[in-house]
Amino acid sequence: MTDQHTLSSRDLRAGYGGTTIVDGVDLTLPAGRISVIVGANACGKSTLLKTLSRLIPATSGQVLLDGERIDRLPTKQLARTLGLLPQQPIAPEGIAVADLVGRGRHPHQKLFRSWTAEDDRAVADALETTGVSELADRAVDELSGGQRQRVWIAMALAQETDVLLLDEPTTFLDLAHQVEVLDLLTDLNRSRGTTIAMVLHDINLAARYADHLFAMRAGRLVATGAPRDVVTADLVREVFGLESDVIPDPVSGSPLILPRGRHHTTAVREPADHSGARA
Amino acid sequence: MTATAPALLSPAASAIRAGRRRRGRRRAIGIAALSVLLVALIVAMLMLGRTIYPLGDVVAVLASQDVPGASFTVGTLRVPRVVAGVLAGIAFGIAGTTFQTMLRNPLASPDVIGITSGASAAAVFALVVLQASSGVTTLLALVIGVATAAAIALAARGGDSGGGRLILIGIGIGAMLDAVVSFLIQRASEWDVAAAMRWLTGSLNGARTEDLPPLAIAVVILAPLVLVLSRDLRALELGEASATALGVRTGRARLLLIVAAVALACFATATTGPIAFVAFLAGPIAARIVGSGSSLVVPAALVGACLVLGADLIGQFAFDTAFPVGVITGILGAPYLIVLLIRTSRHGGSS
Repeated sequence: MTDQHTLSSRDLRAGYGGTTIVDGVDLTLPAGRISVIVGANACGKSTLLKTLSRLIPATSGQVLLDGERIDRLPTKQLARTLGLLPQQPIAPEGIAVADLVGRGRHPHQKLFRSWTAEDDRAVADALETTGVSELADRAVDELSGGQRQRVWIAMALAQETDVLLLDEPTTFLDLAHQVEVLDLLTDLNRSRGTTIAMVLHDINLAARYADHLFAMRAGRLVATGAPRDVVTADLVREVFGLESDVIPDPVSGSPLILPRGRHHTTAVREPADHSGARA
Repeated sequence: MTATAPALLSPAASAIRAGRRRRGRRRAIGIAALSVLLVALIVAMLMLGRTIYPLGDVVAVLASQDVPGASFTVGTLRVPRVVAGVLAGIAFGIAGTTFQTMLRNPLASPDVIGITSGASAAAVFALVVLQASSGVTTLLALVIGVATAAAIALAARGGDSGGGRLILIGIGIGAMLDAVVSFLIQRASEWDVAAAMRWLTGSLNGARTEDLPPLAIAVVILAPLVLVLSRDLRALELGEASATALGVRTGRARLLLIVAAVALACFATATTGPIAFVAFLAGPIAARIVGSGSSLVVPAALVGACLVLGADLIGQFAFDTAFPVGVITGILGAPYLIVLLIRTSRHGGSS
């Protein structure tokens, strides 16, 4: 089990070139849980994640790790606690899987004592956890999209951070691989106690896999809490501008959103809102 | 690298280590082979010429013994030529692979994107118009080379991360600066063809011991600096976001690497002229030899030096007329450039 670290933001604002995209966000990622940030396109969810992971600086407010401002922590020390899988990471041409995953060890290595048995162990563990041990000596270029995403997650795991942020880890994957990746992250959360926060596009998968949801609209948080407590037809309307019914997912019991478009909505609408109050 | 007993490792970790060592062995063999080749080329360069001196004479001259004839020919003519070639090859090789790795694009080497053209134009300007000393010439080449790099970076701001836009702008600026070189050479009618060729394509002809210290100092200081930064470079290769996540101070690392690489290319250009395509070819050839995935700084430096010496030997002895080294490297590099450009247009932007 890992130590518990708390990543939080205080009145956080961020954006690009004078445009404010994240507009005053206060949040605390529950330690040891899976948090998912959801929202419509361009609501600022990805920018929020990037600011939390110090990829872009806050224009005002702060991001705090255990109460300390992350922009004041030494970058290497921070990188041993806070990991990030960006949306489109780039693999060098021809690199072997084990070598790429090994680059996750960067913050643990020193200049002149670069590779240790501990690094080999961390890489082996990461490959095993993500189920790609048998690919260790293959070139990353040769892998399928699903395999490649597992390798990238393995690289983030090899970094052995207690907090892991992921920017849309399921994009470009088919449904089976999306579920596979989310199961994998859940395993990781349960076995290592890693605090996970990610941006997901699919609200239904988010509602199923999140312990805690952060729903955003126009740069602000509009709802936070357990999916069962916060996902309602009203929230879906507010966040996505979409009419919908929300029913309990027959597989998981989590809220399931059934969108109502202009076509193919012949069923009579259920009058009651089943899922209870917003947080 | 550490002396941990293998018994402490789990089977899975041992397998990882075995794979890593296998790739490490290939790299070590590649580097050793390149080193042997370089030594062989150096010896050949010292022995061969209008008069062929036996190895014994060459060794004697290098040991500062007085050998009639050989002392002048080898000591005064051939040694500076070899040293200039090795230093320029190392400098171009490191500069090229640093740019290519950082921008993740094999086209992004300083000789393709116009930086060495800037340094060359500045050197010719200093020599022809200012009639400056070699120190001032080197300094001006460095300043203009850095300015050219800055101008290209500024003009390409907001482009894609693969550097497609930067490369096109760089090729354009490079063409302009090459025109400046040609114009200045036209004006300098007192120059002989050999001197002119040096600033157009690069040449080791007329290399003198007293011109070498700036380049030697640059290589001695900057090559280790790039080596120290090569771990950060490998993280930057994964993209800005991943490098930041791995704890690299990306802005500082990028700036140091760019300045070091540009300076190496400019010092080499000020000494030997912009030897065509050495920076461009060294990294990709090194990757073929040692495999990708590990740092290419050392192998690319060796390949760069071997390319310069090998091409100079071909230029001097393979044909009836002697050609400067840059003509030969140009002939070697041009087809590869065409292949890459075709690949780039097919993939759209970065290859």
